[in-house]
Amino acid sequence: MKIFVTHLGRVFIQALEELGYAFMLFIESLQWIVLGKYKKQSVRIEHIFNEAMNIGVRAVPIVSVLCFAVGMMLAIQGLETLKPYGAQSQVVTGIAISVTREFSALIVGILVAGRSGSAITARIGTMQESQEIDALRVIGIDPVRYLAAPMLIAMLITMPALTVLGDFIGMLGGAVYTSMELGMSIKTYMDRSFSVLVFYDVMQGLIKSAIFAVIIVLVGLINGFQVKGGAEGVGHATTRSVVMSISLIVIADMIFTYFLTRS
Amino acid sequence: MTEKIKQQTEDVIQIENLVTHYGDRQILNGINFSVKKGEIMVVMGGSGSGKSTLLRYLLGLNTPTSGHIRLLGKDITKMTADEMHGMRKNMGVAFQGGALFGSMTVGENIQLPLREHTRLDENTMRIMSRMKLEVVNLAGFEDLMPSQLSGGMIKRAALARAIVMDPKLLFFDEPSAGLDPVVAAELDELILRLRDAMNMTIVVVTHELDSAFKIADRITVLDRGEILICGTVDEVRNSDNERIHNLLNRKPRQEIVDVDEYMSRLTGQNM
Repeated sequence: MKIFVTHLGRVFIQALEELGYAFMLFIESLQWIVLGKYKKQSVRIEHIFNEAMNIGVRAVPIVSVLCFAVGMMLAIQGLETLKPYGAQSQVVTGIAISVTREFSALIVGILVAGRSGSAITARIGTMQESQEIDALRVIGIDPVRYLAAPMLIAMLITMPALTVLGDFIGMLGGAVYTSMELGMSIKTYMDRSFSVLVFYDVMQGLIKSAIFAVIIVLVGLINGFQVKGGAEGVGHATTRSVVMSISLIVIADMIFTYFLTRS
Repeated sequence: MTEKIKQQTEDVIQIENLVTHYGDRQILNGINFSVKKGEIMVVMGGSGSGKSTLLRYLLGLNTPTSGHIRLLGKDITKMTADEMHGMRKNMGVAFQGGALFGSMTVGENIQLPLREHTRLDENTMRIMSRMKLEVVNLAGFEDLMPSQLSGGMIKRAALARAIVMDPKLLFFDEPSAGLDPVVAAELDELILRLRDAMNMTIVVVTHELDSAFKIADRITVLDRGEILICGTVDEVRNSDNERIHNLLNRKPRQEIVDVDEYMSRLTGQNM
C-alpha cells in the first residue's frame, strides 16, 4: 500500500511538472512570436513554411482518404438507422453536422498526432541526444524560438486548414454513398449540406482543431526535450508522445464538446 | 611589452566557489580556478570527475547552486537572457560529437552563427565559412551533409563553426575522443595554431593525457568534483599526489571499503 501511494504521488508530481513545463513552453513560444521582432530575433518565416509543408501539405492525401471513409461510414450507418422511420433524407443533416463539429477535427487531430507529433518528439529528442539543442543555445539561438515557435504557428495554421478540407471531403464521402443508395445527385446532397450548416458548426470544429494543434505540439516538445538514454530513449519518448497526445485530444474533445454544444 | 605582460596576467575566465548539484547529488564541490588571456587551459579527469559538468556551467547551459563564473569580467550567473545573448558572440564551442545540425549542409552549419548575430549578405557569409573551412583543412566540403563526414572531419567542421565569429573564448569538449592517434594529433596542432593565429583563450576538456600534455599551458585536474591540482604541465607531471599519479599512470582507483556500509548496501538494512 505504501509503495502504491508513493508511486501515485510520484506520478502526480511528474504530471504537474510536465504540465508546468508545457505551459511555460507555450508562453515562451507566444512571447517569441509576438516580441521576437522587437528583440531582433524574430521567428523565421522559412522555418514556419517548412514546418507547415511537413505537417499540413504532406498530410493532405491521407486526411482526404480517412475523412472520405468516415463520411461514407456515417452515411452507411445513418441510412440503415433511419430506414425504419422513413427519414433517410435526414442523413444529410446528420453527416454535415457530425463531420463539421466532430469527426473532421478528431480524425485530423489523431492523424497529425501520429504523423507529426511523433516526428516532433523524434526530431527534438535526437537533437537533444546529439547535443544539437546545446549547440543552438551556445550559438545564442533560443531553441524555443528556433524550433518550438515555428512548429506552433505552423500547426495552428495547418490543422484548421486540414479540418476544413476534412469537412468537405467527409461530406463528399457521405454524398457518394447516399447518391448510390437514394439516387440523390452529389450536387443536390452538397447543396443541402451547405444549407443546413451554420457558421457555428464549422467554428466548433475549427476551435477544437486549434486546441488539438496546441496539444500535439506541446506534448511532442516536452517529450522530445526530456529525452534521455540514446536511441532507445528517443523511441520510448516517441511512443509516449503519440499515446499521450491522442489520449489528451480525445479527452479535450469530450470536454470542449460539452461546453460548445450545450446551450 | 607592457601590453604583452598585461595580456598574460588578465584573467578572462574566473570561477569562484562553484557548487553544483544534479538532483540531490552534489557534482562540483567548491571549484576555484582562472584562465588567463591567450592561455590554453586543459581540464582533465576520469569519467565521473565532473569535467563535462564544469564545461556545461562555463557555457552557461546550467545554473549553479552557488558560486560565480566570470567570463571576460562579467558574471554569467547573474546575467539576463539578453546579456547572455550578447556574451555568446564572444564564445565558440566545439562539442564532443560535433553537434552539427543534421538537416543542414556543413556550410550552412558554419554560417548559422553569422546568420543569427550579424546582418552580412549571403555572399560574405559564404566566403567567411569557406575561410574557416580552409583553416580546419576542410576546403571543398561545404556542400556535404554532416552524415557524409568522418569522425575527424565532423570535429573539424564543428571547430570551424565554433570559430566563425572569431570568438575571444573557445571551448573544446574531448577533441581526441573516438579519433585515431594521427587525426587526434592533427587536431591538437590545429588548436595550437588557432591560439597563435587568432589569440584565443582556449579551454579544452579531455581525458587524453598525450593530447593534454601537448597543447596545455596549464592543466586543471578534477576528481570527484574537486580540483586536485591546477598548474603547468611540469607541475602536474611532478606532483606527488597519489590520485594524480594514478590518473597519469592509468592505475585503477583504490576504493576504501567500509564493511558495515558494504553489508548495509547488500542487505538494504541499516547495520
